[in-house]
Amino acid sequence: MKTADIEAIEVELFVDALRRRHGYDFGDYARASLKRRIAGIVAELGCRRISDAIPLILHDEDILPRVLGMLSVPVSEMFRDPQVFLGLRTHVVPLLQSYDQINIWQAGCAYGEEVYSLAILLEEEGLYDRVQIYATDINDQALARAEEGVFPLKGIRSFADNYLKSGGRRSLTEYVHARYGFAAIDDRLKRNISFAHHNLTADGVFCEVNLLLCRNVLIYFNRTLQNRVLHLFHDSLARNGVLCLGRKETLAFSDLAGRYQPLDAAQRIYRKVPALDDAIVPTVR
Amino acid sequence: MTTPSSPPCVDAVVVGCSAGGLAALREILYGLPADFPVPVIVVAHHAADGDRLMAEILDRDSPLHVLGAEEKEKAVAGRVYLAPGGYHLLVEADGTFALSVDPKVCNCRPAIDVLFESAADAYGERLVGVLLTGANHDGSRGLLAIRRAGGRTVVQDPATAAVATMPQAAIDADAAQHVLPLHGIALFLRTAADGQAGLAQID
Repeated sequence: MKTADIEAIEVELFVDALRRRHGYDFGDYARASLKRRIAGIVAELGCRRISDAIPLILHDEDILPRVLGMLSVPVSEMFRDPQVFLGLRTHVVPLLQSYDQINIWQAGCAYGEEVYSLAILLEEEGLYDRVQIYATDINDQALARAEEGVFPLKGIRSFADNYLKSGGRRSLTEYVHARYGFAAIDDRLKRNISFAHHNLTADGVFCEVNLLLCRNVLIYFNRTLQNRVLHLFHDSLARNGVLCLGRKETLAFSDLAGRYQPLDAAQRIYRKVPALDDAIVPTVR
Repeated sequence: MTTPSSPPCVDAVVVGCSAGGLAALREILYGLPADFPVPVIVVAHHAADGDRLMAEILDRDSPLHVLGAEEKEKAVAGRVYLAPGGYHLLVEADGTFALSVDPKVCNCRPAIDVLFESAADAYGERLVGVLLTGANHDGSRGLLAIRRAGGRTVVQDPATAAVATMPQAAIDADAAQHVLPLHGIALFLRTAADGQAGLAQID
């Protein structure tokens, strides 16, 4: 048997051990990236083969946070893909302006760079006081760091560039404060953000939202899980709610494709439209 | 007819390049016919949005159709797929593409190593890996993985490369089975994809 085939078995055993021992099911994650991440865990744990890590998964009581942390390696930057934020400013902010109370869900918030970018945008557009943002992730370590809102200072230059490209008009010093080589997010931006644990593969709808952002998460899932999660999002979105996916993610292959209209197709920003059979239209007979 | 000594059929070609890569890719792709029987999958290091421009340029000059790789799309013959800027490109066991925003590898995303290692898993011995000009060490690890999985590996002759660092690193890592100039690589790929055992003559 080829090495790759043996390793494929090891990956399945690892996933099975994690699911049966700890209740986290990575079974519907796309395999190529999952294998790379598992290989990273194996190296980090000082194991030679994937199967050598399985006893640790089963018997080490403290392993779960470390493994989850490494299986959902969160990388982002402030205002990543600035055109998306420009798209939100241009196409979504005018829609949100008509609401008294705006609920927003960012699924897969990782270290929080994106949710704070969104908070800055909403603050500048005069909407932040009406907003409740739920930022969720499967990774509790990442959530704790996101809540802290402290980032390495070296990322600030790209932050500044991206911010300007996203349509930002103020000075970043209004939002971040340099502190001992780190950049701390101003507490004022945290006031309407709730960080919470949510597992897209297992948990359900927890609120009704007007805007839902989930970027570069679906690419890690297989089609089955992608579709499940898109249905979860659909059920979480209020009437006319807006869905924002990653630059290389699409609704096109989902059975929900017909239920959305693009607001900014290139930036994958969609608006939920009522189904034909529940549209309230006067019928002329 | 397949004999024990003849190399296995090829299901895909993966290519990695960095500095100077556009011109090198152009020359190789120009040398491949429109009916080239297997997909060509490329990671080229470029600025975040450079992939679209690169695809346009290559598509114009190449008999094959050059386009950006999409998530879950199956790699098919007659097409050259470029990794999108800012994303790693991987191949799943069923020959479909996957994208990731995992950390940079060799300071790059897309990284050649990530494509090559996943392709080595997916295609095994039925893969050709090609590493071209470039200024860093990305690709060596991946090319070695291809070689270890029984695939064939080709590296651009550093003496003919715009920047020799990347091909030289692969040669130093013992990842290169064949070291060829660009026109030789195109000929190698045509021969390999035809399933002929005529590789010795090219070397």
